[in-house]
Amino acid sequence: MVVPLIYYIALSSALFAIGVIGVLIRRNAIIIFMCIEMMLNAVNLSLVGFADHYQAIDGQMFVFFVMTVAAAEVAVGLALIVAIFRNKATVNVDELNLMKW
Amino acid sequence: MTISIPSITLSNIGPLLTLTVAGLLLLLMDALTPKGKKGYFPYLSLIALVIAAVQTTMLWNRSGTDFARMIYVDNFAFFFYLIFLLATGLTILISIKYLEDYHRNLEEYYTLLIFATIGMMLMAAGGHLILIFLGLEILSIAIYILAGLFREDVKSNEAALKYLILGAFSSAFLLFGMAMLYGATGSLFLDDLAQAIKAGVGTNPLLLFGMGLLIVGFGFKVSSVPFHMWTPDVYEGAPTSVTAFMSVGTKAAAFAALVRIFFLVFPEIKMEWNMLLWGLAVATMTLGNVVAIAQTNIKRMLAYSSIAHAGYLLVALVAANQLGAISFLYYLVAYTLMNLGAFAIVILVARKKDDYINIYDYCGLGFQYPALAAAMSVFMFALAGIPPTAGFVGKFYVFSAAVEAGYIWLAIIGVMNSLISVFYYLRITVLMYMRPAEADLGPVTMTPAISSAVLVTAAGVLAIGVFPGPLYELALNSVKIFVGL
Repeated sequence: MVVPLIYYIALSSALFAIGVIGVLIRRNAIIIFMCIEMMLNAVNLSLVGFADHYQAIDGQMFVFFVMTVAAAEVAVGLALIVAIFRNKATVNVDELNLMKW
Repeated sequence: MTISIPSITLSNIGPLLTLTVAGLLLLLMDALTPKGKKGYFPYLSLIALVIAAVQTTMLWNRSGTDFARMIYVDNFAFFFYLIFLLATGLTILISIKYLEDYHRNLEEYYTLLIFATIGMMLMAAGGHLILIFLGLEILSIAIYILAGLFREDVKSNEAALKYLILGAFSSAFLLFGMAMLYGATGSLFLDDLAQAIKAGVGTNPLLLFGMGLLIVGFGFKVSSVPFHMWTPDVYEGAPTSVTAFMSVGTKAAAFAALVRIFFLVFPEIKMEWNMLLWGLAVATMTLGNVVAIAQTNIKRMLAYSSIAHAGYLLVALVAANQLGAISFLYYLVAYTLMNLGAFAIVILVARKKDDYINIYDYCGLGFQYPALAAAMSVFMFALAGIPPTAGFVGKFYVFSAAVEAGYIWLAIIGVMNSLISVFYYLRITVLMYMRPAEADLGPVTMTPAISSAVLVTAAGVLAIGVFPGPLYELALNSVKIFVGL
């Protein structure tokens, strides 16, 4: 059975939207990171879907780069969260308000 | 099965290779050199930057692509290479003293600056969406770390985390846009994208959706309204030298990729995007200038001013003609010089203990330190766009490009915005020369490095303002690749 391309697009768009909403409404820095990961994985899903549709390899190749970069980003992000937790003993982004947003 | 390896010419990415080697070498030497003997690291990185600049000038006038069409080898990329190298070099010069004052003269700092420069170069030269994305992330991840360099400072932490969250958020939008472009055309190469659009997928909803997401993603990176919210906070909290680097480097790199994509891939569907960017440009200029008036922290003021300058650059993008592209490059050079110069003065005036970064700390600077105040006035005049500085010529080119393309109202709004900006830039000058000093600033220590940075930027701002011709010719040479304009 062939999955139509529109299903991939719809699913990845839905995942992406959930990620965006999560970033906007959640206040815990770690959960915000998880939501950003979800957005990136939504992109990966659509890339794989398109690569399948075009029978081409470059979309799948892109996915590897995205995953690698996401891992690097999270490594830096977690280090920053640890540094903040040492100084302020919180990871709630509402309490990071020394400067107004 | 035979595998054919594409032929490559390593010298085409010579500057990138030099910087990569230099960055890795610095990291290695950092591990092997005993403490206290690392004072020459910044100068070593400067030498690497100079070598890369020489290599770039030797590559000038090459054209085409290399590495299986992954990299564009053209004057447009080389022009941006030189802007990035200049920005990084000046940042290193203004950082040394500043970092020593805060006991944070870490060697990784210079390595990260160099890696960030490599990322910027990849963004300017990338001919494939993966490469542009990778360049962006190499740049961004280095800057996330730099923004959080003062680990014990809560403000620096906060700035780094805000930048990281919003940076990753915007990268996700950019990526989703790239995926949609791939979905619409079946290729990730900019050349193929341009051809597919010429062949008529222009009205494909996936393509338009992808383009919109690209605008959102790049809008975050260049801090255009309404995606500017992070800019003032991050600029205020990050170490001042890093702020200086971010305000010119990141912006120039994101604009390089934006201009290349929009002028190379999307000129055929100009009708779909220019009104959108028109709105963004007007909103960005107006909000940046109006809110800057209310700021009393000079770093925040310069942050809003950098938002306003992103607006002027967007005007050049909306014009989308040859003069627009030329004015764009000219304006970026001018902006790099004047903004880095202004930040150099901010670093000199603001020293440890009391951070003198309130604008009222500049009262009476003209009597205590005439040379410093004179340099600051030059940068303020340039940022406000008053002749005979580079800022004036840049704005003149940008607005003439808009008029030439028929956007009279855009030019009028832009000129009115420059008038508003005169208020807050000249306020600094007035404070320096017409108010008695409120607090004793104490001695300002000028080191040769930072003095030469101030001298180079001030002389540069005046020189290309009085003689814009040579730079104009260079820019004209660089934008010839955009045949669609």
